[in-house]
Amino acid sequence: MTEWQRVPGYVSHRDGPEMPTVTVETAQIREACEHARDELGFDICVDVVATDYLGWGGKGVSGYIGTSTGRDLMHPMTQGLQVLPELKPKRFSVSYHLLALRHGAPRARLQCWVDDGEHVPSVVSIWPTCDWHEREQYDLMGIVFDGHPNLERLLMPEDWEGHPLRKDYPIGGEPVRFSDAE
Amino acid sequence: MSIATPPRSRRWPVVADGQYEGSRIPSRVPTILDVPDDLPESEDVLRVNFGPNHPSTHGVLRLIVDLQGEEVVGVSAVVGYLHTGFEKSMESKTYWKGITFPERIDYVGYQNNELVFVLALEQLLELQVPTKATWMRMLLCELNRIHSHLVFLGTSALELGAISMFWYCFREREMILDLSELVTGQRMHTRYFQVGGLAEDIPSGFFPECRKFVDWMPRALEDYKGILDRNEIWLERTVGIGVLSAQDAIALGQSGPNLRASGVDWDLRRDQPYLNYEQVDFTVPVYPNGDVYDRYRVRMDEMAESTKIVRQCLDRLERMEGQPWIADDRKVVLPPREELHTSMESLIHHFKIVTEGFRVPEGEIYVAVESPRGESGCYLVSDGGPKPWRVHFRAPSFVALEATATCLHHALVADLIAVVGSLDAVMGDTDR
Repeated sequence: MTEWQRVPGYVSHRDGPEMPTVTVETAQIREACEHARDELGFDICVDVVATDYLGWGGKGVSGYIGTSTGRDLMHPMTQGLQVLPELKPKRFSVSYHLLALRHGAPRARLQCWVDDGEHVPSVVSIWPTCDWHEREQYDLMGIVFDGHPNLERLLMPEDWEGHPLRKDYPIGGEPVRFSDAE
Repeated sequence: MSIATPPRSRRWPVVADGQYEGSRIPSRVPTILDVPDDLPESEDVLRVNFGPNHPSTHGVLRLIVDLQGEEVVGVSAVVGYLHTGFEKSMESKTYWKGITFPERIDYVGYQNNELVFVLALEQLLELQVPTKATWMRMLLCELNRIHSHLVFLGTSALELGAISMFWYCFREREMILDLSELVTGQRMHTRYFQVGGLAEDIPSGFFPECRKFVDWMPRALEDYKGILDRNEIWLERTVGIGVLSAQDAIALGQSGPNLRASGVDWDLRRDQPYLNYEQVDFTVPVYPNGDVYDRYRVRMDEMAESTKIVRQCLDRLERMEGQPWIADDRKVVLPPREELHTSMESLIHHFKIVTEGFRVPEGEIYVAVESPRGESGCYLVSDGGPKPWRVHFRAPSFVALEATATCLHHALVADLIAVVGSLDAVMGDTDR
């Protein structure tokens, strides 16, 4: 408990089935990561992933049908309890999945929240492996990482417009480059 | 910008950490080897483009290489040629249909990728899987690991001129694909793992056929070793080539065989057991040198270990005939086919699951398994609806390719082929 509160920029934390999620201030994510590596012993950052919550819990998003105590399989029912998902503080979450190479394989998820246009400090200087992870999230989700040495598109072509994994980027929304009519 | 080196307190389980002094990770961008500034302009530095359709790049990897004579002085990998937007497509499919996607992400280690997605879903659903299904999943994942390592061994030996290895490896690979066809009806990309268990019961003819394979495989491995282990050309091309130290491997986030070949004793199957891996007996091969040869040896040993695990799974499964292979949860699992003709309730459930899909409780989860290439992870966000809000796959090949620049420190152009082959990247996995 207190272990997480010592993380720089600590906002909150909650335990999950597989790892705790520690929310930190976006501006202090670098210090938080450095603390996690040097003090808490998380040797590897296995993954950096951004999620777009635009439209989360809004119209057209169906809630989970269950009972007030959860999903009771013995008494299935058609009139369920509609639960709308918990609202998120900002549009994007950026999650850093950390792994410690020691007994029990402890993991943790550092998470920070940004709105469109806000930047996140890069952690490439802490974990070199984040080079491509951050580039991928920049490419597909449009999150800008400040201080990244080479922030360019990674998977999409260099001249691509838009960020495909955003919720306002529709499937089939890409420009048609060739068609039968030509 | 300089890359801070991690403190040298040896927290991780290292077998050897003396491959070279300091860090070889390029200082400006960790994944790009820049041409040194002191190399005069007049000097003949030749920029060569490998790929994206070069046969040695395992698919569509493009490497921009700066050569000074035979020596590689600069390298930069360009990926994305196989980007197909799997993660975006999955957001528009129900979970039920989504299972087919992860298999095609890492199209060589398909079974493990399918597993990680299904495990993530089961954790969110808090679904109990029958024992028989768990053992069968392990068996198929281990067969898949052998399959993947055979493809690695065959193709990377082929690139270094040992063409006969390719035929031998693909002979054994064919046996695994036949076994897969026998159980699932598909040679690859089986979609056999269902949320809650397996899609079908195991056919009885599978066990004797699989026994034949596990009896055969150790002999085949002896043959491979006979061809390569003390082969002068193979040793010349692999020993001491593409060295990656334990410290650099960890900083670069390496996992799986690449990490173990650098002397880090780490395997998720043992250190973070999932399925029933804590109930089987196997050892984790670790080698200290971090070169191409050690990456080859780790994978060779893993094939032998996987054969042992398959044998132990078979011992259990043979005694489980008649047991359920999928959870009895009608809100998630399709009802048995024969019930559809007699039970209205089953028909409704079937219809609802196929058309609307099942709903998964709200939450986010990250589940990782030890795929043939390393840690394969699935990050899943659910809003409580029948489609995933966000799916992301942590691709081990993606991370492995980040180490290319570090491995190619003072390498020759011929080593480039050996190094890229030894990192065992599947481009579908890298680009998703």
